[in-house]
Amino acid sequence: MASTVLTPPHHYLNDGYGVKSWLLTRDHKRIALLYLASVTLFFFIGGAFAVLMRLELATPVGDLVTDDTYNKLFTMHGVMMVFFFLIPAIPAVLGNFLVPIMIGAKDLAFPKLNLASWYIYVVGGLFTLYALVAGGVDTGWTFYAPFSTVSSTTQVIPTAVGIFITGFSSILTGLNFIVTIHRMRAPGMTWFRMPLFLWSTYATSLINVLGTPVIAITVLLVGAERLFHFGFFDPRVGGDPVLFQHLFWFYSHPAVYIMVLPAMGVISELVAAGCRKPVFGYPFVAFASLAIAVLGFLVWGHHMFVAGESVYSALIFSILSFLVAIPSAVKVFNWTATMYRGSVSWQTPMLYAYGFIGLFTIGGLTGLFVAALGVDVHVTDTYFVVAHFHYIMVGGTIMGYLGGLHYWWPKISGRLYNESLAKLSAGVIFIGFNLTFFPQFVLGYLGMPRRYHAYPPEFQVLNVLSSAGASILGVGYLLPMVYLMWSLRYGRLASSNPWGAVGLEWTTTSPPPTENFAETPTVTWEAYDYQSSPAEGQVA
Amino acid sequence: MPPLFPEAASTIATRVDNLYGFLIGLTVFFSLLIAGLIVYYAVRYRRRSPSSIGATIHGGMLLEITWTVIPFMITMVIFVWGASVYFAMARPPDETLNIYVVGKQWMWKFQHLDGQREINELHVPVGRDVKLIATSEDVIHDLFVPAFRVKADVVPGRYVSLWFRATKPGRYHLFCAEYCGTKHSGMIGEVVVMDPAEYQTWLSGGPTEGSLASAGQKLFADLACNTCHRPDAQGRGPVLQGLFGKTVTLQSGEMVVVDEAYVRESILMPAAKITAGYQPVMPTFQGLVTEEQLLQLVEYVKSLQTQPEVETARPPASAPAAGEATPTGR
Amino acid sequence: MPDGHGAIAHHPALAHQFDDLGQQKEAATLGMWAFLITEILFFGGMFLLYSVYRSMYPAAFAAASHEMIVWAGTLNTCVLITSSLTMALAVHAAQTDNRRLLVLFLVATMALGTVFLGVKAFEYYTEFSEHHLPGPGFHFGEEAYAKQAQIFFSLYFMMTGLHALHMIIGLGVMTVMLWMSLRGRITPEYYTPIEVSGLYWHFVDIVWIFLFPLLYLIGRHLHG
Repeated sequence: MASTVLTPPHHYLNDGYGVKSWLLTRDHKRIALLYLASVTLFFFIGGAFAVLMRLELATPVGDLVTDDTYNKLFTMHGVMMVFFFLIPAIPAVLGNFLVPIMIGAKDLAFPKLNLASWYIYVVGGLFTLYALVAGGVDTGWTFYAPFSTVSSTTQVIPTAVGIFITGFSSILTGLNFIVTIHRMRAPGMTWFRMPLFLWSTYATSLINVLGTPVIAITVLLVGAERLFHFGFFDPRVGGDPVLFQHLFWFYSHPAVYIMVLPAMGVISELVAAGCRKPVFGYPFVAFASLAIAVLGFLVWGHHMFVAGESVYSALIFSILSFLVAIPSAVKVFNWTATMYRGSVSWQTPMLYAYGFIGLFTIGGLTGLFVAALGVDVHVTDTYFVVAHFHYIMVGGTIMGYLGGLHYWWPKISGRLYNESLAKLSAGVIFIGFNLTFFPQFVLGYLGMPRRYHAYPPEFQVLNVLSSAGASILGVGYLLPMVYLMWSLRYGRLASSNPWGAVGLEWTTTSPPPTENFAETPTVTWEAYDYQSSPAEGQVA
Repeated sequence: MPPLFPEAASTIATRVDNLYGFLIGLTVFFSLLIAGLIVYYAVRYRRRSPSSIGATIHGGMLLEITWTVIPFMITMVIFVWGASVYFAMARPPDETLNIYVVGKQWMWKFQHLDGQREINELHVPVGRDVKLIATSEDVIHDLFVPAFRVKADVVPGRYVSLWFRATKPGRYHLFCAEYCGTKHSGMIGEVVVMDPAEYQTWLSGGPTEGSLASAGQKLFADLACNTCHRPDAQGRGPVLQGLFGKTVTLQSGEMVVVDEAYVRESILMPAAKITAGYQPVMPTFQGLVTEEQLLQLVEYVKSLQTQPEVETARPPASAPAAGEATPTGR
Repeated sequence: MPDGHGAIAHHPALAHQFDDLGQQKEAATLGMWAFLITEILFFGGMFLLYSVYRSMYPAAFAAASHEMIVWAGTLNTCVLITSSLTMALAVHAAQTDNRRLLVLFLVATMALGTVFLGVKAFEYYTEFSEHHLPGPGFHFGEEAYAKQAQIFFSLYFMMTGLHALHMIIGLGVMTVMLWMSLRGRITPEYYTPIEVSGLYWHFVDIVWIFLFPLLYLIGRHLHG
């Protein structure tokens, strides 16, 4: 196709060169890229640990690493992935880049605070990396008391400090987004004209702001127990170890919604652009995000059905856990319905979106298994739960993240990536993912517990399948690193709207200028208004 | 090809499997439905020209309500079903064969009432209601028998219980299912379910040191508990004869059932729940008795319940028995 | 960096991402309220622990609370409430363009805050001497309640310690406010920093209002 696409002369990437212009930037777009680099680093470290774990688990005996090492591997895998990748990734990378542009603002409400958030994240990460090289930590990412407070002899305190510090990054980012969305929308951008990605980001930010302080105080208490022998969770002085679990899960359950809501927001954008029509049931999808955020705070006890909570608590948490599934189901139905009579694209971002919807459906439905008290007693603390949350975290969040990264890559970098390689990678990831985690559902029901370094030989076949899948998945994740980086130098130049999509981000150049818009736009159209907009893009 | 289900060897196992099967069916149905629709729409409405757009359809209230209400109803069915299975798990029958369990890093110690001790292996008779009363010596562990579909976290500082009735003789895996440190994956064992006759043979064979209760009686005297807890109400502590299973009133006015947990707490933290009418003078035995010794003392106090209650000169601490149900751990 | 405002002159305190000072003030205020809500959740975890353990061990908690230095706590309560008054007056002075009073009230607030910390330090010192710091050296008079009293004191040190840390941060913030006021950066059009710092200060005060009765006053009925 004849193309007269030129790189815009002034954009945020060439607006100042040199380390200082990046490390002292206030530009939300540059900060997003700073986060992109750091979360990618932690993703690959956490991923490397996963590879080692799966290698070990290919045989029933512990023959690759010692049991202590294995325990450290799964702990650090969890800590890195949860706190340093899944929680920040979409909000801090895509959110930071897009929120101001999507609402027609020049930047977030507090740009300096935004930069500080990144530094806080990095400092927290450094503490955790220190813990890693100083010997690792072996408490599990859930660091239950009294093991973590009294029994473990590893680097619990540096890890706890790292998590504590990084938590503030989440809190401040969430705070920034909330104020920005409330106070800085462009004229005419009412709440119900906002893209759904912003609704999801807003709901996520509410959880970030309300939930993260609780994990902060929880890790502080663990550190205090270890350092000062306070005794909050020590039965020998009358403390209650189960109380730790209440405090821990009060944050850590909403945390999983911090991880999945932004991905859902991405999917809404991908489905709308991929079908060139408004998301079906927009208000319902918007309110579903809020409902998930609210209900998500009320279900933490479902992690403790066998931990010693009363039958009555268990009943309440079980019923609420079923309720929180409903808004997610509503979203899945609405996304699927959006495809009806759409102009359905088969481009890579959209493939990730469709994959997400399918895998999230499976993952979410297996949530019903664990919400059901009678079944949960059998499957909790087994590989069934591991499979369930990986379906949502990996099959859900990571696919949403990759889909979003591909979709907005032209906007962020000004370049197009190689579509065939991208499609291939998406396929490899999809296959690798399912092969890795589907056998784990079976393993779990058969009774293989979590966090086991060695296991009875009859579980080997399924473990080998899972490990094979993991190696495929690993390759799948490496490929985008390669072709995305390659595209920065050699990719075709992107126009301002390569997808022919509707949204404020597509009205500005690729890459955007530092101030995002030459003039603050006045919004007079509804979200995803394809009827009024030209849809011609660079890519079909 | 490996099996998809573990053996179902307890009365509750089949109920769990049935609910699980239903959930699988539900998952398969909805997954195929959504996946199928996505694939179908992606093919049927594939973008044919670069500038084509989709039909602007905003949605319908009726549809939204339908696909909110139907999932809601389905989830409520699952909830009730799951809760019903759970009730059966959470409420042991009145008459159970009790076996004590002490978990510690990284082994399981089983104490039969008549003194038999086992490590990492648990012999039980088939067809009998068995209740395991468990505690931990150090960190949180979890007692898990996949073939029975039962599981409970074993927490230091308290007693927890789980119960089952085995339906098939055989050997079944027993796992620790709460991460507890270095040899967590080594903290495994077997439950050996035997025919009743074989079980009796097994019980009577092997060395025993006397029942838990008799060991507890000896300990009671060795630790001088009997100086304050006298059967004639002349001591400074409450009379223990006939006490186990009763409901007592505390100093605070609260009423508690004298069960295993209460006895254990009273030994380790006597000031926590003082019986009304008595002074907080009992010393703590924290650090002076092991978990196994605590079990012996609990069983001894339990054994006193069959003795008649003695007339007391003091204001009575206990109210009339609030039912004879076998008291449970927490 | 270019900010797209062109040649229109704007208030020196107006940040480029905002359209006007009004929007900036609203954003800053909303931001501080959001932050204070996170602080409520943060302290909330400890209040939860306190509630649970107090309901489990009421007698031990009362006995331990009886050991607190009530006159010090009461003095500190008065000091903090007064400091909230001076802070509110500082905001008012800013609104009414009275730089002298603004500086005066900021200094008064900081002085009172420092008094609070001094009294707290005295209390901690006394409690260390009486071996009430939890850990291996812990000792509590009434043997029967020794274990649970350790939990009470753990909560006491944790909660008042974190509160004191927030006070110290507050003093740091006030130092910056003082500097800004002396430099003439605070005007009736732009006194947002003072208002927002005031919110923070009031919050720290309110946390203490809850801490004081829960930690100091639940053992007053006991004798001796």
